Amino acid sequence: MESIGVLMACPMNSYLEHELEKRFNLFRFWTVPEKSAFLATNKNSIRAVVGNSSAGADAELIEALPKLEIVASFSVGLDKIDLAKCKEKGIRVTNTPDVLTDDVADLAIGLMLAVLRKLCESDRYVRSGKWKKGDYKLTTKFTGKRVGIIGLGRIGMAVAKRAEAFSCPISYYSRTEKPEIKYKYYPSVVELAANCDILVVACLLTEETLHIVNREVIDALGPKGVVINVGRGPHVDEPELVSALVERRLGGAGLDVFEHEPEVPEELFGLDNVVLLPHVGSATVETRQAMADLVIGNLEAHFLNKPLLTPVV
Amino acid sequence: MEHHQERSDHRSQDLPQVLVIKPPPVLTLFEDKFISSKFQLLKAWESTLPLDQFLTKYAGSVRAVLCSGASPITADIIRLLPSLQLVTTSGAGVNHIDLSECRRLGIAVTNAAGVFSDDGADAAVGLLIDVLRKVSAADRYVRNGLWPTKGDYPLGSKLGGKRVGVVGLGGFGLAVAKRLEAFGCTVLYNSRTQKPSVPYPFYSTVFELAADSDALIICCGLTAETRHMINREVLLALGRQGVIVNIGRGAIINEKEMVECLVRGEIGGAGLDVFENEPNVPEELFGLDNVVLSPHRVVFTPESFVAASELAVGNLEAFFSNKPLLSPVIYE
Repeated sequence: MESIGVLMACPMNSYLEHELEKRFNLFRFWTVPEKSAFLATNKNSIRAVVGNSSAGADAELIEALPKLEIVASFSVGLDKIDLAKCKEKGIRVTNTPDVLTDDVADLAIGLMLAVLRKLCESDRYVRSGKWKKGDYKLTTKFTGKRVGIIGLGRIGMAVAKRAEAFSCPISYYSRTEKPEIKYKYYPSVVELAANCDILVVACLLTEETLHIVNREVIDALGPKGVVINVGRGPHVDEPELVSALVERRLGGAGLDVFEHEPEVPEELFGLDNVVLLPHVGSATVETRQAMADLVIGNLEAHFLNKPLLTPVV
Repeated sequence: MEHHQERSDHRSQDLPQVLVIKPPPVLTLFEDKFISSKFQLLKAWESTLPLDQFLTKYAGSVRAVLCSGASPITADIIRLLPSLQLVTTSGAGVNHIDLSECRRLGIAVTNAAGVFSDDGADAAVGLLIDVLRKVSAADRYVRNGLWPTKGDYPLGSKLGGKRVGVVGLGGFGLAVAKRLEAFGCTVLYNSRTQKPSVPYPFYSTVFELAADSDALIICCGLTAETRHMINREVLLALGRQGVIVNIGRGAIINEKEMVECLVRGEIGGAGLDVFENEPNVPEELFGLDNVVLSPHRVVFTPESFVAASELAVGNLEAFFSNKPLLSPVIYE
């Protein structure tokens, strides 16, 4: 398979790069000085693209690669891939579901605890020597807080299961109600926000879910409410979120994703009621390895004409 | 003026006296519940007299004392309170009370352990996730503007599937265990005695527990047996990837040895809410990214403080009306 050209869209994992290089003719797109010239030269040898949450395969790239057969994403989200175009051209698409569910759900709870109990802020308090001068303030109880989940897929369900162990009542919004689920359903995100203390974004990013957390939702959540985003930055209207936090119209936020990563609105840096993470939802040694193995497994299966492991298209 | 003062003195003289040597946090924050018409507080800290003179002069007939970690009830103090029958502490810990002296003299002790279990467990899990997933360190990274310049943050470690050793399976320990199960952790424990009704594997020593665990959560109280129970030997058994979380008392861990292990990379990380000599924290820890530090506050929320104050009042009321105490400390 060494002659098969695989284009890696951006740096994502050195183990994955290494494994791809062992098996295929790997092209690292980010090292190419002149992208259009590179594509023109190599278009006939590239049969696969490996993308992730930052870069995938948009219509332009797909059009530039006439021999493209498969896009394997090192992520579960597919918002950087033009799925319609892939379907149109018969290009297969795979992602990495399940293996990262636990990590993302763990992080969502970790963010809730960090925001409500001010873990990062009190760590700063101690490191700066302020504890010697006076006690830190009280923080807010997490157990029993109402958790509202947007999107009750694998990750949403995993968040719910964990939050239940903290006696948190669970409610959710989803495109359709799930009658077999015992949690309370709300037919709109605004109603969900009005009836919970902590709102968690755990759905996929699509045209419908763009800015699903907007001004109206933030107002409904209110000055004691907390937004937790482990989905995608564009799920939240970021300027609205920032001004709500700065003006204390929203109680707090735990954010793992942002609209223009790696740029994070600097107005947030001075706030003690936010926790800001550099998109680490699935960023553990164990899970990234499992994700990489799944990408390799899918590519090998495809080129050996075997059934794909985790196909989306 | 005088007449008014006389009247209020006369009224308060009917109320049962409760001695307070130093105000516990619960009094400073929620004094209403105590200034109510229920008790006459003898406030030793407001007097210019040294403590022993204050006690001799005013506390001869006092039957109950309200305290906290800030005002230890030692054998010497008990000796100056010949009528003492109840010690009510506003927090969970009782290591500041001479329990054997109380037991000898038939003095009842009440605390507020149950009230803080949820908050303590939430804090322990929060600290564990923070250390494993580098939450505070990565938050610092973002706030320092390093994400655009230095790129992705180093990978953390998955919580699911980890073997977590809970040290002390009382109210705090059980609450921690229940939560960890939901994350897919395997819970193991060490306690003074094995508890046949729990499903978790029991280890008779902390060393054996550490050797078989990926993380240790300290949830027990400080006693003569548990002082410096977590030492270098136990930490080395926990190992280079091991994480320790302490929401008990600083002195349960040999702090000097723990700091050495952390600095040398002999254990993987630590989440600490308590220290041997608060509010002093070993400065070697400030430079470490695999350590999360908390100023002995992470178990405290307004909700649990209100509950603790209600429990303290409830215990005092029960005592003065000869009813069973709500949360007596059982001597084992």
